[in-house]
Amino acid sequence: MSAFWHWFIVILTIGSILGCLWLIWWAAQKHQTESASGEPVGHVWDDDLSEMDHPMPRWWLWLFYATILFSFAYLLLYPGLGNFPGLLGWTQEGQHAAEVQALEERRDAHLARYADMDVEALAANADAVQAGARIYAHNCAICHGSDARGAPGFPNLADDAWQWGGTPDAVVTSIRDGRTAVMPPLGAATGDDAYAVSAYVYQMGGRTAAHFGAASLARGEEQYQQLCVACHGRDGKGNAALGAPDLTDGAWVYGGTHEAIRASVMQGRMGVMPPHGELLGETRVLLVAAYLLRLNQTE
Amino acid sequence: MTNTYNDKVVAQFTVMTVVWGIVGMAVGVLIAAQLLWPALNFDIPWLSYGRLRPLHTNAVIFAFGGSALFATSYWCVQRTCQVPLFAPKLAAFTFWGWMAVIVAAAITLPLGITQGKEYAELEWPIAILIALVWVSYAIVFFGTIVKRKTPHIYVANWFFGAFILTVAVLHIVNNLAMPVSLWHSYPIYSGTVDAMVQWWYGHNAVGFFLTAGFLGIMYYFVPKQAERPIYSYRLSIVHFWALIALYMWAGPHHLHYTALPDWAQSLGMVFSLLLLAPSWGGMINGIMTLSGAWHKLRTDPILKFMIVSLSFYGMATFEGPMMGIKTVNALSHYTDWTVGHVHAGALGWVAFITIGAVYALIPKLFGRERMYSVKAIDLHFWIATIGVVLYISAMWIAGVMQGLMWRAVNDDGTLTYTFVEALNATYPYYAVRLLGGLLFLSGMLLMLWNMLKTIYSEKPHEA
Repeated sequence: MSAFWHWFIVILTIGSILGCLWLIWWAAQKHQTESASGEPVGHVWDDDLSEMDHPMPRWWLWLFYATILFSFAYLLLYPGLGNFPGLLGWTQEGQHAAEVQALEERRDAHLARYADMDVEALAANADAVQAGARIYAHNCAICHGSDARGAPGFPNLADDAWQWGGTPDAVVTSIRDGRTAVMPPLGAATGDDAYAVSAYVYQMGGRTAAHFGAASLARGEEQYQQLCVACHGRDGKGNAALGAPDLTDGAWVYGGTHEAIRASVMQGRMGVMPPHGELLGETRVLLVAAYLLRLNQTE
Repeated sequence: MTNTYNDKVVAQFTVMTVVWGIVGMAVGVLIAAQLLWPALNFDIPWLSYGRLRPLHTNAVIFAFGGSALFATSYWCVQRTCQVPLFAPKLAAFTFWGWMAVIVAAAITLPLGITQGKEYAELEWPIAILIALVWVSYAIVFFGTIVKRKTPHIYVANWFFGAFILTVAVLHIVNNLAMPVSLWHSYPIYSGTVDAMVQWWYGHNAVGFFLTAGFLGIMYYFVPKQAERPIYSYRLSIVHFWALIALYMWAGPHHLHYTALPDWAQSLGMVFSLLLLAPSWGGMINGIMTLSGAWHKLRTDPILKFMIVSLSFYGMATFEGPMMGIKTVNALSHYTDWTVGHVHAGALGWVAFITIGAVYALIPKLFGRERMYSVKAIDLHFWIATIGVVLYISAMWIAGVMQGLMWRAVNDDGTLTYTFVEALNATYPYYAVRLLGGLLFLSGMLLMLWNMLKTIYSEKPHEA
């Protein structure tokens, strides 16, 4: 701030505090009106309202002086008087940085015990799994749910279905580097056959689909083998390398009704798992993976 | 002599104090219940928490508290100046204008029309009406002071005067805005400056509306009721000037650890601490005025209201400076502790002194010897006291618990509790708070009954 405002603040602040000091010093002097004897001062209002002039309680005066003393000490040590930064050099940014650093050091010291362990070893360690669960709750639950059972558009992580592979390495890669899955919109390519293709996909996992009619299913299969087979495979088992989901396992990220499947076929889907490697660091990524693997083993 | 005073406007404001108190507190009870059972908004937008909460605060502070201040200041200034109110037509306008403001608030706030500034939510057309009423209030009050027949200005009028003058300045400066339509406007300030202006206003609404004004009530009604002289004239002088000089600075403590520059935060904290002694000066002067009349507490429940209100004033004005300390604030801010603190002031201090003053005023205004039922006043006192204590202790515990839960961190760097866990742990305290609020509201209903009986029955209930 400019020198004008600096001095404006300094003078107004110190002036106000000194003004208070003068006020209590002045009032604490003996005055003619003082009535230690208990006689009112002499003014009377509204028939019976009058005032005595007892001296101010000593303990109260000391309290006032003490707060004034404190205020000068504080303004000497901390920023307050305009541009004067205070003798301690304290800033709220500095305090925040120091608190964050202390927490990070405490965290890193704690996590060091897991640094040399791989995901399988971590999954076998109860403390590590618990830490993983907490890291999951604060970072992943917002999309995948506090029970890891997912939500529409966000895969269920507690079942056996792994869109990008369920090996420790694959899960760690998903968390650390993120994933982008692209199901292209096939509305134009399938045209009137979107209904039939969706009906065919609907029954790939073994669900009854007679109500769609044999002709529709046959037409759908024909289209499937042309348009979908490259990613999802001839038998619909998907391809973890591409993130193409298994269409036979009953796990539907975007819903498994015929309508939902048809919407996926026609409009396509774009699933993005953001990378967390930079946010969490390697150890915590492994801890989350360990928690998820353990969750799969126990489910 | 008495007959020449303008008491019609006093009576109007006094009756509306009780009515608006019940309305404001009933809305408070409803939203307290909504925190416990969110379904109580019935999926109706006008009944949602976010719209009713400002209605509750505005109704309690400005409708209940405001009516009480108008009533008591008009009563006090006439009698301590020994002249009727200056500009009686303007005084009548302050009543009808103020009622119009309240009704406009009760309509616009549930509709979601708001400036989004706490305690200054009302949009520009209503804000202008408030300014007009307030300037009229100042003309009536200071006009009466000017033509007074007493040589000195009584201490209660210093406080009423400071309150009227400062609230005018606060209201006008904080509400400077550019209207874009009939019910929408943008403040002329932006960002951090807007926040600072808002809390300069907000804290002084507490300091001048809810403190200086009600100290005016205290300085008239406590010595009147106790039939004792004020304890110390010089203490009045010191704590008056110190209080009004220091309160102006305390606003930044609402913005600790924000984008507000460090220097402004520090000044807010330092001056909040400096406020402790001047605030206690008022409490000491009130309580020591009662000393020598302690025996009257046994028979006069109105004095009980007053002594307890002074105790809560002392407690809240100790708590306030403590919460203004950055380290304490880092724990208490954004928790229900703040809500508890506000209600220690609003229920314990403001409502108690108001209730005492209104019970003292009603018989005089309606030509009765005393209230219809003195026993009912006593019952009201106990119900209200238990209500406040339940409310405040529930919010203290809940607030400290929330603060501790939010900041707890595990060794692995994660937060120990998710937000929902802290919320879940608060539910029992929300229930206790609701009970406290319900008790306080039922005390007000008892007061309404007693008031109506006093006005409409010829004889008091008891011999």
